[in-house]
Amino acid sequence: MADRHGMALGRRGFLRVVALGTAGFAIGFDCGAAEDAASSAPDSPATFGDFVRIGSDDTVTVVIKHLDKGQGVTTGLTTIVADELDADWAQMRWAFAPADATRYHNLNWGPVQGTGGSSSIANSWQQLRLAGAAARAILVEAAASAWQVPAAEIVVAAGVLTHPGGRSARFGSLAAAAAALTPPAEPVLKTPAQFTFIGKHVPRIDSPDKTTGRAQFTIDQRLPGMLTAVVARPPRFGGRVQTIDDTAARAVKGVVDVVRIPRGVAVLADSTWAAIKGRDALQIEWDDSDAEQRGSQQLLADFRQLAATPGAAARNEGDVDAAFTGAAQVIEATYEFPYLAHASMEPLDALIALTDGGCEVWTGCQSQTSDQRAVADVLGLAPAQVTVHTLIAGGSFGRRAVPDSDFVVEAATIVKAIGGRAPVKLQWTREDDMRGGRYRPMCVQVLRGALDAAGQPVAWSQRIVTQSFLRGTAFEGMIQNGVDITSVEGARGLPYAIPNLRVDLHNPEAGVPTLWWRSVGHSFNGYTTETFIDEMAAAAGQDAVEFRRALLKDAPRHLAALDLAVAQAGTAPTGKGRGRGVAVHESFGSVVAEVADVVVDDDGRFKVERVTCAVDCGIAVNPDIVRAQMEGGVGYALSALLREAVTLDAGRVVEANFDRYRPLRIHEMPVVDVHIVPSDAPPSGVGEPGVPPLGPAVANALRAATGKPQHRLPLGERLA
Amino acid sequence: MIEFELNGQAVQTAADPAMPLLWYLRDDAGLTGTKYGCGIAQCGACTVHVNGQAMRACMVPLSAAAGASVRTIEGIDSAAGRAVQSAWAALDVVQCGYCQSGQIMSAAALLARKPAPTDADIDSAMQGNLCRCATYQRIRAAIHSAARALQEGPTHG
Repeated sequence: MADRHGMALGRRGFLRVVALGTAGFAIGFDCGAAEDAASSAPDSPATFGDFVRIGSDDTVTVVIKHLDKGQGVTTGLTTIVADELDADWAQMRWAFAPADATRYHNLNWGPVQGTGGSSSIANSWQQLRLAGAAARAILVEAAASAWQVPAAEIVVAAGVLTHPGGRSARFGSLAAAAAALTPPAEPVLKTPAQFTFIGKHVPRIDSPDKTTGRAQFTIDQRLPGMLTAVVARPPRFGGRVQTIDDTAARAVKGVVDVVRIPRGVAVLADSTWAAIKGRDALQIEWDDSDAEQRGSQQLLADFRQLAATPGAAARNEGDVDAAFTGAAQVIEATYEFPYLAHASMEPLDALIALTDGGCEVWTGCQSQTSDQRAVADVLGLAPAQVTVHTLIAGGSFGRRAVPDSDFVVEAATIVKAIGGRAPVKLQWTREDDMRGGRYRPMCVQVLRGALDAAGQPVAWSQRIVTQSFLRGTAFEGMIQNGVDITSVEGARGLPYAIPNLRVDLHNPEAGVPTLWWRSVGHSFNGYTTETFIDEMAAAAGQDAVEFRRALLKDAPRHLAALDLAVAQAGTAPTGKGRGRGVAVHESFGSVVAEVADVVVDDDGRFKVERVTCAVDCGIAVNPDIVRAQMEGGVGYALSALLREAVTLDAGRVVEANFDRYRPLRIHEMPVVDVHIVPSDAPPSGVGEPGVPPLGPAVANALRAATGKPQHRLPLGERLA
Repeated sequence: MIEFELNGQAVQTAADPAMPLLWYLRDDAGLTGTKYGCGIAQCGACTVHVNGQAMRACMVPLSAAAGASVRTIEGIDSAAGRAVQSAWAALDVVQCGYCQSGQIMSAAALLARKPAPTDADIDSAMQGNLCRCATYQRIRAAIHSAARALQEGPTHG
């Protein structure tokens, strides 16, 4: 993983202009992460980036290598280019990139294209600034040449090049001439003071289509002759089909075929309704001999048992055991977290069609190149024969980035099973989506803290028990010395200066498939660390904010975010049942502090009334989108805190739809007040970092109001 | 044969009368702005207007639409509907956008019957519409903003 500053500008960066005939030119800049590919094929256009297209119609199209699933990167990445280009915002357009690990890889990840870890803006920042600045430079050069004036005398603003002598031109009229020029090897970038769009307000580029119903998601795609597939999957994870009777299913009007696939049985029909009815009519006996049969209670008991024994060390400093032995006061807490569903509003879906030369896939694609390879493997094609059309996704929260390509592969197996005779749109129902696994892992943690006689924290021990979802995948490299870093992120990086500190981990096997879920390991580690530090402050008889501040002397970004949130929150409301809590947590390169104000009634019912949030995400490219992501992160986290849990009964998922799995609704949304810490540092993540501090801030507020800590999630309608 | 009015046009269909209106709109009429989210009227992504009332199209059998006037996000033409859409865009309410057609249809129906809704009115009218991106704060602000715009009238708009 790259550090939060992302890619530095590589000295060996490459810039390339590709003429697009009369349409103008395209320009890209590669900052060095694809050096190997570049050096092996220096003249291949495919080797280089390709991010900006300027048409003779004066439009500027930014090629978006990431998935936009609501986090707003189509606007954000377009903003970066528009700024360096000095474009007119009205001329900016965007288009998703094709799958291409060489040109469109995530610079934080290596040679794969994908979206995750709140990295889209961070990893694209320098790359797109260079692309925009280079495009600007050759437009200026083209104008200088046409007008026979020095380039240095030309001013570019709002999409117009102007010379004091009176000449002016828009980008489009110079695009063809610029296409013949060689861009500068190291274009000059703006200083933050020169930014025209970055850090200012631009309207979201997707608002018009998303407020009129025109926005096109995967579920909205249709091809001539297309069949819709709905799949029956085993009711227990790891189950298999034993026998099928598809007589009744085939009798449903509109059902065209029923096929076995590795994951179950697919019903193909000429409409979604017929496919759903057909699937309901299937009679299947399942073989559960290899399936996970444990229920949630048993899994939790097994995890708790493991938590009694030492795990693999993720961090070990000082002499923790001695410090506990000599402590004046020791506190301990055992935490339990349930499996969580992503429950994106658009259930999983993918459209696939075989073509003469290969196949085309349309989906809200979060891992373009690995999905491409996985589909190619199923169909016996080369990856280059699989064309991936990325579409906007109706949410994801991590669910659409699956190491084994899950639902995309499922679509490929269906089109293969029917011999490719029709395009197939695989549609998961809400029940399929809810019961399809890939959950935020269940987790048990035991935290212990030691204080000396003066109330100073002297030791901290955190034991984490949770499944690894990276073992056996292409991401296995993120497991180091037996420690899956996604299990311990946010724990092993505890920012508090405590001299004796240990974090250890168990990654038990369970048959329930798990996955990253918005903020991943931070989703539970932010909760445990930030509630436990609060409890240590209480045990020390100290103010929760001052206790933290004293331990954050060497963590200036944490301190600044905490101080800003506390200052902006103002005076805490007082009165019966009221409480205020704070939490501060770093994730994905950003630090977020949140202050929650709650009110609890005599029956233990409570409401989170207000959340004041301060975020340090480096330069905020689009401040309003940063605010929106914090608001959304607060809502998403509060939803999980209150009620969300996927539970298993003898291996079967109990919750199937929004009647039992009940996300946050509008009346439960607190007022969220977001403040951005001023920064000139390169941008870091915003999609996820708003999530981790919310749970602990609310729990700390509830403890302040009631005196009772909250160690088991979800909290439920009433406090226990 | 079921006949009704869809976005101001007379339509007739021989489709299964038991099929939810949602799938007629999406698969037969090609009006994909109305979204499938749950199929059990718990999320509101499929909200449309049936005779001016906000209804969950996933639970309205096609037979129940007979003789009715159905309006979808594509056919919004009321002052309230336009004010809501315009406020939504002005405040950049959307994130993933998937639930927003339903949110807008619910909000437009609310403003049509309550031109100046209170927060409690908004809570009760919008509680059936889930948004996993949690854009709720902006939804509330946009409804208030649309209400103000409607009261001020188009000349001030």
